[in-house]
Amino acid sequence: MSTLSTTLGRMGGVNLLPFAVAAVAFLLIGAPSSWVTLTVAGLAMGMMLFLMASGLSLVFGLMDVLNFGHSAFVSFGAFISATVLAGLGGWLAADSWVLNSLALAASYLAAICFGLVAGWFFETVIIRPVYRDHLRQILITIGAMIVAEQTILAFWGGTPYSVGRPHFLEGSWIIGDVSIEIYRAFAFALGAAVFVMLYLVLNRTRIGLLIRAGVENREMVEALGFRVDRLFIGVFMLGSALAALGGAMWAGYETLITPALGAELMIVVFIVVIIGGLGSIEGTLLGAILVGLMANYVGFLAPKLALASNMILMVAILLWRPNGLRPAVK
Amino acid sequence: MSLLSLRHMKTDIGQYAVLHDVSFEVPEGGVFVLLGRNGAGKTTTLRSIMGLWSPSPGSVHFDGRDITAMHTADIARLGIAYVPENMGIFGTLTVDENLILATGSGTFDKARLARIHALFPALERFRDKQAWSLSGGQKQMLSVARAIIEPRALILIDEPTKGLAPSIVDAMAEAFREIAQTTTILLVEQNFNFARSLGRDMAVIDDGRVVHAGSMEAFAADTALQDKHLGLSA
Repeated sequence: MSTLSTTLGRMGGVNLLPFAVAAVAFLLIGAPSSWVTLTVAGLAMGMMLFLMASGLSLVFGLMDVLNFGHSAFVSFGAFISATVLAGLGGWLAADSWVLNSLALAASYLAAICFGLVAGWFFETVIIRPVYRDHLRQILITIGAMIVAEQTILAFWGGTPYSVGRPHFLEGSWIIGDVSIEIYRAFAFALGAAVFVMLYLVLNRTRIGLLIRAGVENREMVEALGFRVDRLFIGVFMLGSALAALGGAMWAGYETLITPALGAELMIVVFIVVIIGGLGSIEGTLLGAILVGLMANYVGFLAPKLALASNMILMVAILLWRPNGLRPAVK
Repeated sequence: MSLLSLRHMKTDIGQYAVLHDVSFEVPEGGVFVLLGRNGAGKTTTLRSIMGLWSPSPGSVHFDGRDITAMHTADIARLGIAYVPENMGIFGTLTVDENLILATGSGTFDKARLARIHALFPALERFRDKQAWSLSGGQKQMLSVARAIIEPRALILIDEPTKGLAPSIVDAMAEAFREIAQTTTILLVEQNFNFARSLGRDMAVIDDGRVVHAGSMEAFAADTALQDKHLGLSA
């Protein structure tokens, strides 16, 4: 048993889980074309969830802050991006991938800028007064989430808001009898690029070293002469911007959004963070991909279990590894 | 003039008063040892000096400057390093990453690194290993190495021999002797023989109060005093 465990550890350990889930799903689904479509959809969903969850995970790991208001950045990111796309409708519909790309980039940039500014405001005004007080953090951030949702309702109304998609991301690639939706492949590629960037920042720069150390032992980082509270503002702003970008990408994925979008996604985002292990970017990615794959496979195989699948996954993983798959602290 | 001066320091943790009246002076150079029974307030004293808990009332002066209300990071930047009881190493970071984090510039001074590797050869052998995989003694070496990777004026060290094998304790004593030639050490220690072998000056803390202060030589020679304050001769 221990030999098997050592061998699996050498081959990648918990990183093999998504492959194991995909392999089991392949056997259960039977049809390879459906399996490929579901796998791509699961990976795309996982990458978008990763963007939304990574900031939350770092914020919790670094400052022990429970931010239930994180969903506000997702919702605002989605609506701001959709509004910019609506304003640039001409570019969006043009038969030019350059104009399409510019419209998409502008919408994402607007969401990211909003996330940065709103993240700074949120941390300074709402979070800072309640450091080290979990009960007040929960109350005040849930309050902020409700205010944000109502603000969106006031500005954009309660009816579902339609989101435009760039022309070049419409449709599917057909390879044999396999259909791959282009937007999903794009979401996966963009999410993977953001992950690589984050990974490099965290593992190849001094600021990344400080963040990783701060997640593990904030007090000791301060005793070495670094102001973790100042570092935290930057991490909070980055996390908020990533959540807004995730919301913007999710808006394009769903194409019809409501003010409750962020709150609805928050449960899944929290599951991702808990499964992955608090404060760990690699863990968050692993958790997000697992959740994305499970949601799609179970949705196909047993639709009635789709809602419960991620809860079951979380319970199973926590029974096996109470600190998550790849916790930041060993 | 003393390097560090604590005056009537009182520290509460939550609703509990841990330090009631702590005053002592740490002269520049050598090892100053803070002795006391379990729960006497030694660790709280070090943490209060570092600003990790705020003393009120009372004051802490370092090199003539009042640091009582300063942020921990600002205190550290004045040249005070802290080696906590739990070692405080970053387990997911490599040995070298732990060390480089403690440098102000983000690069190693090669001479200092060589000195550290000479003091603690295991840290050179395992420099690319994640710190959680080190043994207890190696972790303690890393924690001390991190404190001396840059020039410091004062190092606060909390019970460095706790749980270590005798051979590691001897190596640690040698290392402290060398470090003390250039840096002042404030050492909290329960192992009296270890403390006696290193200390020049000392204070005893009991129930949050300093009950004795003086030279280590005089204290080591007075078994009645040791028995009174530490219960050692029983």
